[in-house]
Amino acid sequence: MRSTTTPHALPPLPKAPSGIHGIDVITEGGLPRGRPTLVCGNAGCGKTLLAMEFLVRGATEYAEPGLFVSFEETREELITNVSALGFDLIDLEEKNLFAVEYIFLDRNDIEEVGDYTLDGLFIRLAHVIERIGARRIALDTIEALFGGLQNEGIIRAELRRLFRWLKERGITAVVTAERGDGTFTRHGIEEYVADCVILLDHRVHDQISTRRLRVVKYRGSTHGTNEYPFLIDTHGMTVVPITNLDLNHHVTTERISSGVAPLDEMLGGDGYYRGSTILISGTAGTGKSSLAAAFVTGTCERGETALYVSFEESPAQITRNMGSIGINLHRNIKAGRLHFHTVRPTMGGLELHLAMIADRIIRINPQVVVIDPVTALMTQGFQGEVRALLTRMIDLCKQRGVTLLLTSLTGPGQDPEGTDVGVSSLVDTWLLVRNLEIKQTRVRGLYILKSRGMAHSNQVRVLQLSSDGIRLEEEVQ
Amino acid sequence: MSEQPSQPTETWNLRLYIAGQTPRSIKALTNLRTICQTYLEGRYTIEVIDLIETPQLASRDQILALPTLVRKLPPPIRKIIGDLSDIERVLVGLEIH
Repeated sequence: MRSTTTPHALPPLPKAPSGIHGIDVITEGGLPRGRPTLVCGNAGCGKTLLAMEFLVRGATEYAEPGLFVSFEETREELITNVSALGFDLIDLEEKNLFAVEYIFLDRNDIEEVGDYTLDGLFIRLAHVIERIGARRIALDTIEALFGGLQNEGIIRAELRRLFRWLKERGITAVVTAERGDGTFTRHGIEEYVADCVILLDHRVHDQISTRRLRVVKYRGSTHGTNEYPFLIDTHGMTVVPITNLDLNHHVTTERISSGVAPLDEMLGGDGYYRGSTILISGTAGTGKSSLAAAFVTGTCERGETALYVSFEESPAQITRNMGSIGINLHRNIKAGRLHFHTVRPTMGGLELHLAMIADRIIRINPQVVVIDPVTALMTQGFQGEVRALLTRMIDLCKQRGVTLLLTSLTGPGQDPEGTDVGVSSLVDTWLLVRNLEIKQTRVRGLYILKSRGMAHSNQVRVLQLSSDGIRLEEEVQ
Repeated sequence: MSEQPSQPTETWNLRLYIAGQTPRSIKALTNLRTICQTYLEGRYTIEVIDLIETPQLASRDQILALPTLVRKLPPPIRKIIGDLSDIERVLVGLEIH
């Protein structure tokens, strides 16, 4: 790295990966190495967890031992609280990769007479840092000093000395603090910890809560400035940094089958482009889910992995219904190739949905993702928000080369071509299914409204669902 | 010896935490000795713990500030931090009447 540095350019700021995927993407590599990062937010917004995960990932993934200095929870409480997230602190302690130093301060216990320093704190930290060879430290929350001691002048001088002391030792620190009124922290400690500031937020809107993260400041580095939703689940913290500023994702000419041979034929003979985004619009009962199911089945039969996100039906119900048209989903579920993510749209806000789906995509690493129907999310946000969300979703899939199929339910009387989601410009291939009356028979007509970068059929084909599968006839039989 | 007849046999067990022989440490120890000789003559012990030598002892009594004086006996445990320069306030803090 150093050898490539030109004489006039400063070496890039060294970073310590947090191990929390989204944060490392937003910060373009992690937190400033050897410096403190301030994490602030209101009570219950996830500060302690972020600090803890930073240490646990550091210990398990980067072999950097970490010291958790807790002013609020005891060692035993911390161990219990994070075990639900799959973190085994006792195991890490035994391997000398982790330690907790619990600091108890009670103002009522202590009388202050004359001048003092916080050398006791320094000695305690130095002792553990040396014992485990700590490269990372979390101070949760250092502002408790202001509640436990009276002499604010001494506390401030000692905090300044503490952060300098940690920097001299090259220790990467995460310092948590409660948000103040109009300031980042209640006691203004951003004055001492100013290299990187991360703000966490937990907002409730329309009875739906969403956690959000924002990097407010990162001295000497560029970073994503948006608010990013995050969720806390059994894997720890997931931040969803899906707003790609540029459109430079890898593009392939590889094609993948739609799972329906005649449809492949309509799409120039080979199906969809891998990594493209496909929208299937239509009114209720026109076979959108069937086309989606055929697509994931084709994918799984090739030995690839697919994720099916359903907002309307349970996996059992989808499996049963698709069985009736000869599509066997069960086999691929059992083989571990087909994954379902079924949630009610009302379960959470848009961003939570996005975060959950993104989390599954990152963990399962599928080649194909179906969201059925994407219009279910409409009830959970304004149109502008839905569009923003889908843009992020599409970007995430494109970045990972995932082929994304969205279905869109058109309401009665609505024009399916004027799709209400407003995403048609974002998709590469757009199929429409509508009810037609031909020769006094109601049939489903399928046609391709657009398909970027490929010669495609202009025909309206008749979509027929039978126990033998999906057929596309040129004329009504 | 029994200037306080109400508690004639009470022993004062005091522990002073310091970090090296700094002017502040020396001042605190001097002040403490003066107070003990004046008010607790013959019924006190002072244990000085230098955390530079035994850092592992800092967690035991939850020591943050230095110097810290800990009254181990009589119960309850009391803590006074600072150089103990205000004798009146030390007496209040230690509950010496």
